[in-house]
Amino acid sequence: MNFPGNNGMKCMFCQNVATVHLTNIVNHQGWEAHLCEHCARERNLLGDAPGPQINLQALVKLLATPLVSPHQEAETACPVCGQSYAAFKAEGRLGCSHDYEAFRGVLEPLLERVHRSTVHQGKFPVAAQRIAELEELQSRMQVAVAAEDYEQAARLRDLIRQKQAEGRRG
Amino acid sequence: MNLDSLLPNLGEWLRGTGPESDVVVSTRIRLARNLADYPFTNRATLIQKGEIVSRAREAIARAELPYTLEYLDVPSMPALDRQFLVERQLISRELAAVLDGPRGVAFESARESASVMINEEDHLRLQVLRSGFALDEAWADIDRLDDALEARLMYAFHSQFGYLTACPTNVGTGLRASVMLHLPALGLTKQIEKVFRALQKINLAVRGLHGEGSRAFGDLYQISNQVTLGKSEAKILGEIKEVIQTILQYERQARTTLLKERRQGEQDRVARALGTLGSATMITAEETMELLSVVRLGIHLRLIDDVPATCVNQLFIQTQAAHLQKLVGQPLDGEERNAQRAKYLKARLRELGSHRP
Repeated sequence: MNFPGNNGMKCMFCQNVATVHLTNIVNHQGWEAHLCEHCARERNLLGDAPGPQINLQALVKLLATPLVSPHQEAETACPVCGQSYAAFKAEGRLGCSHDYEAFRGVLEPLLERVHRSTVHQGKFPVAAQRIAELEELQSRMQVAVAAEDYEQAARLRDLIRQKQAEGRRG
Repeated sequence: MNLDSLLPNLGEWLRGTGPESDVVVSTRIRLARNLADYPFTNRATLIQKGEIVSRAREAIARAELPYTLEYLDVPSMPALDRQFLVERQLISRELAAVLDGPRGVAFESARESASVMINEEDHLRLQVLRSGFALDEAWADIDRLDDALEARLMYAFHSQFGYLTACPTNVGTGLRASVMLHLPALGLTKQIEKVFRALQKINLAVRGLHGEGSRAFGDLYQISNQVTLGKSEAKILGEIKEVIQTILQYERQARTTLLKERRQGEQDRVARALGTLGSATMITAEETMELLSVVRLGIHLRLIDDVPATCVNQLFIQTQAAHLQKLVGQPLDGEERNAQRAKYLKARLRELGSHRP
């Protein structure tokens, strides 16, 4: 570990200059991390005391998370529309609705920054709501079957059939 | 449809009535929606864009609504008509002039209170306009419009992320509510910056008349939410309501102070503004807006009583570039526009003067 070294490298989490550099060798594979001091502190990599002390637990946690390097990230592409993450970063627009799954790993932190949330609250389209309700009933039915509560399972099965019929009519 | 028929109308957002209309000009809510089976507009082929237009048009035509939406094709529309619709806030500048390929707008032409843009940044941009401060009414309206379209279109929706949009800044509810405020007194008393700094801290955006990146002319500001994910529509609207109420109080306080401390000075400013508007021979749109702002404040401070508030709105919209050219019936370059604008203002104010008691 070099600290506080600086060779002009960018932090892997933000645009700041990286001043904390970690190198680890696992199974003959080199693993490098470059962070700015702010991001390192945010991840508890650096203790509060001044000087090059490192929080080992936090380092293990960082090592355990499957980090996408900026290089790999740019090469990620949506399997449906072919839009690359690099193109999204350049244009600020996603290519299709499947990008939300394809880039989930990088989008979630972005959504967290912009909206301070990653989970929708609010309106559902009726069709989506019907699907969600059906899924919920189906999983409850499976639980009932597993618990050998066949009476309950039959009730749920009838309810599911009824909902499916309503869906076809609507 | 001939757009000239809209020319004498004010349109819903400039009707000048509605709750709190001494400060709040208009309320607007838009919803961003996309069809599930197509790439977003920027990645869709021309053929796909054409299909999106026809699917959306069919849904719009068959939607069960208490009004009808008339469709206008944007690519085949003359540039002047596009600009005209931008000035009337029925389409965005992007849909008018930046984007290409099949695209259009369906709007309610009697009051110009609802519109659906097709193939903007998102496949569908639903919009509802109301005069004055009317977030609940606008929401009820756009919610119904959304339901009516959703009954016939499969929207791109994700159980975690909500309504999916081309830009992640709109994902979730896809809702942007904007309230347009006229804040001349806060501007005069130099408190406006303070208000805006407070707004930014709570994640509300402040923009000029024409949205993102536009300057605030004529003391008109749009306040809107930035967060679209993680809060329900009701919560988003509730937070804006609360903030607008506070700004309303500040603006009214500043107006009261202004009347108390410099009534004479304000009276003079209003008279001079009317004087310039009524006698200039060349005038830009920006100067017109600044002067109309002074007149509007004068009306609400009761410093003048012979100019109706709706007249200010009328002059405001009719003196914008495309409106002016439609009124005159011919294309005008910048200089000619400034001359025609001055001529129009002079005529309209003289008309008013002749009705003065």
